Amino acid sequence: MKKTLLSLAAAAAVMSFGTMAAEAKVKACFIYVGPIGDFGWSYQHHQGALEAQKQLGEDNVELAYLESVPEGADAERALERFARSGCNIIFTTSFGYMDATNKVAGKFPDVKFEHATGYKREHPNVSTYNSKFHEGRYVQGVIAAKMSKAGVAGYIASFPIPEVVLGINAFMLGAQSVNPDFKLKVVWANTWFDPGKEADAAKALIDQGADIITQHTDSTAAMQVAAERGVKAFGQASDMIKFGPDTQLTSIVDNWGPYYAKRIKAVMDGNWEQSDVWGGMADGHVVMAPYTNMPDDVKKAAEDTQAKITGGFSPFTGPINKQDGTEWLKAGEVADNGVLLGLNFYVKGVDDKLPQ
Amino acid sequence: MGVIEAILLTIATAATPLLIAAIGELVVERSGVLNLGVEGMMIMGAVTGFGVALLTGSPWLGMLGGIVVGALFSLLFGFLTLTLVTNQVATGLALTLLGLGLSGMLGESFVGQPGIRLPNLHIPVLSDLPFVGGLIFGQDPIFYVSIALTAGVAWFLFYTHAGLTLRSVGDNHASAHALGINVIGIRYLAVMFGGACAGLAGAYLSVVYTPQWVENMTAGRGWIALALVVFASWRPWRVLAGAYLFGAVTIGQLHAQALGLGIPSQLLSSLPYLATVVVLVLISQNKRLTMVNTPASLGRPFVPDR
Repeated sequence: MKKTLLSLAAAAAVMSFGTMAAEAKVKACFIYVGPIGDFGWSYQHHQGALEAQKQLGEDNVELAYLESVPEGADAERALERFARSGCNIIFTTSFGYMDATNKVAGKFPDVKFEHATGYKREHPNVSTYNSKFHEGRYVQGVIAAKMSKAGVAGYIASFPIPEVVLGINAFMLGAQSVNPDFKLKVVWANTWFDPGKEADAAKALIDQGADIITQHTDSTAAMQVAAERGVKAFGQASDMIKFGPDTQLTSIVDNWGPYYAKRIKAVMDGNWEQSDVWGGMADGHVVMAPYTNMPDDVKKAAEDTQAKITGGFSPFTGPINKQDGTEWLKAGEVADNGVLLGLNFYVKGVDDKLPQ
Repeated sequence: MGVIEAILLTIATAATPLLIAAIGELVVERSGVLNLGVEGMMIMGAVTGFGVALLTGSPWLGMLGGIVVGALFSLLFGFLTLTLVTNQVATGLALTLLGLGLSGMLGESFVGQPGIRLPNLHIPVLSDLPFVGGLIFGQDPIFYVSIALTAGVAWFLFYTHAGLTLRSVGDNHASAHALGINVIGIRYLAVMFGGACAGLAGAYLSVVYTPQWVENMTAGRGWIALALVVFASWRPWRVLAGAYLFGAVTIGQLHAQALGLGIPSQLLSSLPYLATVVVLVLISQNKRLTMVNTPASLGRPFVPDR
């Protein structure tokens, strides 16, 4: 009898301990638009998730993720499933999840939602976050203008949305700060991910005289073409140095880990609050891969530019004219975030007609 | 290297995987089987080609691996549709989905690793000739394989007895069966040939076109290959013309953009598809020609009566 009581007590102790541990453990869930094997956008988000878990401890954070979730009705279903399955915080990592995120957040007020690159926060449990990748593109522009012999760079763009236009403009402004006559050719691939097409776009740009290639699409194909043709290139989203050991100048690395760790920690501590974060180089969201394959003076110029931006300089500081020559920003005037997030025109000097 | 030469070389690279996959599917459809799993077989070929090349260090073994796995993977389709007589459309779609998922799983450790590229042909003197040197004597070996494959299939289908037998199976399987032809056996072989071609086309993507592995890297090329077969009204040389037309419009629009001509890029991007639709419409004007070339038993299941 005594033995039974003891074991009962022991069992009860184990049980209560078990539930306590389960309560303290935060379940963080991620929805990705592409496969985590894309070595680009979704890959970097997943790396961030893993890093956050590592930082906070596997005993404290449980991860769950769904990859290749189409934007639209499917996303809503996936989100609801996640919310019901005990997720405490859900990260929706693509622009197109915006409406689904807000809709499901309304139904599950106790679950925290974090939506990447969007702007709608219709419920108090929805936050938005994004990174100022264009800061990195400004640095790339500086490097490109210093490294290019032809004075022409090629830009492989995905879709004409503000974020991409912002990147093209920042690159151009960086290049113009070194060489006011710098030329930029833009090719719209109209896809985020198609290695073959990205490679073809890179070939077209190089065949037409560009000797620096940069991209706002996700695969490493353009880097490989640049390596084959003997021109220099910038990586995208992740460090692509392996694909162009003698080619990559630097790469903008999406570094989501610190933000994810911070937000999951906030849920653990019970002090999560709605926020809208647009972090840049100064916050560690945008990291530049090592500056390689360039002379020391160019490296110095790149590092100085990076330091300037980290110190608070905005690439969009006037005087800046629009493509048609009309004035956009007066000398010393800085474009505010709202304007940048909705940017739909080119700055002067871009050799392309922006698709509307 | 002049711009024109460069453009032509780029077009050849873009057209080659489409041509190879489409020629394979053409043979399958000529035997009366509709395999919508081209994309799935291609991606399996791509992951195998990349993996074998990386692990063995030989891009040639990679290509071979792609061919073998493509053929084996198509055998699954063959078993389901020919032996178990499942619905060909549904099974083909399932094959594509399975291939996309399975390849992602198999290739997980290959992500982010640069691959090994199959080197271009180089014949001393000939390859260095101006203009024609690079185009005729300096391309990747698979380019020549694709042309030879087209010629071989055209000859086989229309100038050999075996080819006639295969076409008869595709046109009227009941009559062919009554004549004592092994309908199921021939279809198995055709399906495997299609799988091998799709596998080779996939390996071409991951070993020649863009030597890397990423999930979903075929990006719909299997579907374009399927469309090309119809576009070409089941004639091999027209498949070649279609693949090169598609490649030319794709590459041409990229160059038009880089030139800064100011034509909306969305319109330019849709041009290859628009061109395909226009040609399809033109071809279907001639009803008799279409009737003659369409395999009459296409997609119809065959169960031999006992």
